[in-house]
Amino acid sequence: MTAPKTLYDKIWDAHVADEADDGTCLLYIDRHLVHEVTSPQAFEGLRMAGRKVRAPEKTIAVPDHNVPTTLDRAGGITNEESRIQVDALDKNAKDFGIHYYPVSDVRQGIVHIVGPEQGWTLPGMTVVCGDSHTATHGAFGSLAHGIGTSEVEHVLATQTLIQKKSKNMKVEITGKLRPGVTAKDITLSVIGETGTAGGTGYVIEYCGEAIRDLSMEGRMTVCNMAIEGGARAGLIAPDEKTFEYVKGRPHAPKGAAWEAALEWWKTLYTDEGAHFDKVITIKGEDIAPVVTWGTSPEDVLPITDVVPSPDDFQGGKVEAAKRSLEYMGLTPGMKLEDIQIDTVFIGSCTNGRIEDLRAAAAILKGKKVKDGMRAMVVPGSGLVRAQAEEEGLAEIFKDAGFEWRLAGCSMCLAMNPDQLAEGERCASTSNRNFEGRQGYKGRTHLVSPAMAAAAAITGHLTDVREMM
Amino acid sequence: MDKFEKITGIAAPMPLVNIDTDMIIPKVFLKTIKRSGLGVNLFDEMRFDREGNEIPDFVLNKPQYRDAEVLVAGDNFGCGSSREHAPWAIKDFGIRCVISTSFADIFYNNCFKNGILPIVLPQEQVDVLMQDAEKGANARMTVDLESQEITTSDGQVFPFEVDAFRKHCLINGLDDIGLTMEKSASIDRFESAAQVARPWV
Ligand code: SF4
Repeated sequence: MTAPKTLYDKIWDAHVADEADDGTCLLYIDRHLVHEVTSPQAFEGLRMAGRKVRAPEKTIAVPDHNVPTTLDRAGGITNEESRIQVDALDKNAKDFGIHYYPVSDVRQGIVHIVGPEQGWTLPGMTVVCGDSHTATHGAFGSLAHGIGTSEVEHVLATQTLIQKKSKNMKVEITGKLRPGVTAKDITLSVIGETGTAGGTGYVIEYCGEAIRDLSMEGRMTVCNMAIEGGARAGLIAPDEKTFEYVKGRPHAPKGAAWEAALEWWKTLYTDEGAHFDKVITIKGEDIAPVVTWGTSPEDVLPITDVVPSPDDFQGGKVEAAKRSLEYMGLTPGMKLEDIQIDTVFIGSCTNGRIEDLRAAAAILKGKKVKDGMRAMVVPGSGLVRAQAEEEGLAEIFKDAGFEWRLAGCSMCLAMNPDQLAEGERCASTSNRNFEGRQGYKGRTHLVSPAMAAAAAITGHLTDVREMM
Repeated sequence: MDKFEKITGIAAPMPLVNIDTDMIIPKVFLKTIKRSGLGVNLFDEMRFDREGNEIPDFVLNKPQYRDAEVLVAGDNFGCGSSREHAPWAIKDFGIRCVISTSFADIFYNNCFKNGILPIVLPQEQVDVLMQDAEKGANARMTVDLESQEITTSDGQVFPFEVDAFRKHCLINGLDDIGLTMEKSASIDRFESAAQVARPWV
């Protein structure tokens, strides 16, 4: 009998194309997603070496980081450097014969939303992208992680990646979530517990009743931020919900192939007694709606708490907390709920899916954005946008005073025109509150979509439970 | 790729923890389609004010650290995005080795692809190296990849671990893609078998 395996072990073993004596492996890659920012140098490298893309049919490209999200974008990208990057992707996709969703295509959107939506991401696959939030695809029980540009070139040329196996970590969320608590609160709370380096060297498997209860959208939110906890990837074992989500998508298998796939997918779970190198257990009931106060995703607290003092920390974190508080313009001891904001951003690959828009719209219905606030919703893809319009969500956002944008990364990273001005403070559903992430000297508080909607109404960070 | 064998140079101290890739190279500089020329923007928002003037107390602006070749940094260096622009900028600035108690995974990988040696050491040892780096330009540190040893300016020696394959590639300046292509028979074999086992992929 073979030793019990984790889900990660199983996917890993199914993809090792070569193993050297020292354990360095060539891991075969089933799906390679490409965007405009981290790929130009890789294609350039291929050209210079006279190499081809080994498996163009497994390679999918979509521009997202640089594209404007304003309604007039069909007129073209005005920023010259951004336009050059997007044009380069257009050309590279064409020259190398890979699948492509241009800006003008309704299916265009954030690469990590487009992949699952089009059925490119399937259980048991290896998925890579030159982007750290590739972890998102782990929600399907696929081994998905971000790579650098040299590795993008390596995968383009060889369809493999040189890898050593990571360690196994289990994050179990037991029981039920309380009302008002979402997938975003789970994933931020886990990082609050482990720290941003707590997952370094590991692949995390998220499990437990609270994870099972999440929709596929929620699971993607959880896995998306595995990288913020330092993990190479985050995984959730596929189940009926996964199969239901995948079925019928344009690139999902059909007919007999579907049946064969399903048979294998059903074996993708961690065996009883399999070994984990690290285990973290959090009770679902103990998780509250949370916000970040600092400039690292680990700087997270329940909304009912107060801004901490640097003295609450130890070691290098004392200096970091001082710097964060100064950057964020916050005083220790003030209530998190008293933090006034001027901008609300709902979107990104963490929270730009239909369920996220529904959650925000449920809070906003019949309400107005506080006077003087800037609020925007940026759907994760053109299809999410279309669906939200069909469901009447777009009207709710517009009536409340939100801008209703086209799909892209938008203010998640401010590489496009959507940015915070100096000193502006934003309640954001994205994943990083780093210094300058949303604009030079901009201040970011990470929250769930429902919490972002609540803050838009009151003008300060708000416990969404009071509005439910 | 440039070889890395042994360097003796100035080490700059950056004790801050969680130095992320947005700090190393802010996103405005990711719009390039080239690999080169990013060194002038390394740590841009920490190094320059809005008008482009140097911020004098930032470590790499101090006269004694302008030519640093080693960076001794706080925990979890390079966390955040996968942008290889981070190691490109570090390398272009002239830094060849970064020492910390831990690195973010993707950044760590990216270093090896660009001739930069990231070294992980326990906190007590990083503390000693940080103090050594704080002595300024006269304190030259030696990093020898062949013998896997760091020697401080006053002669203390710290051995370090590095993956054998990565060491081999770095010392010989080998290109990963070329190496992998030599194994294309294995990849072909895997692909044919996978095509039978999982035809839907
Ligand atoms: S939405 Fe944000 S995190 Fe996601 S891919 Fe775009 S920039 Fe990266």
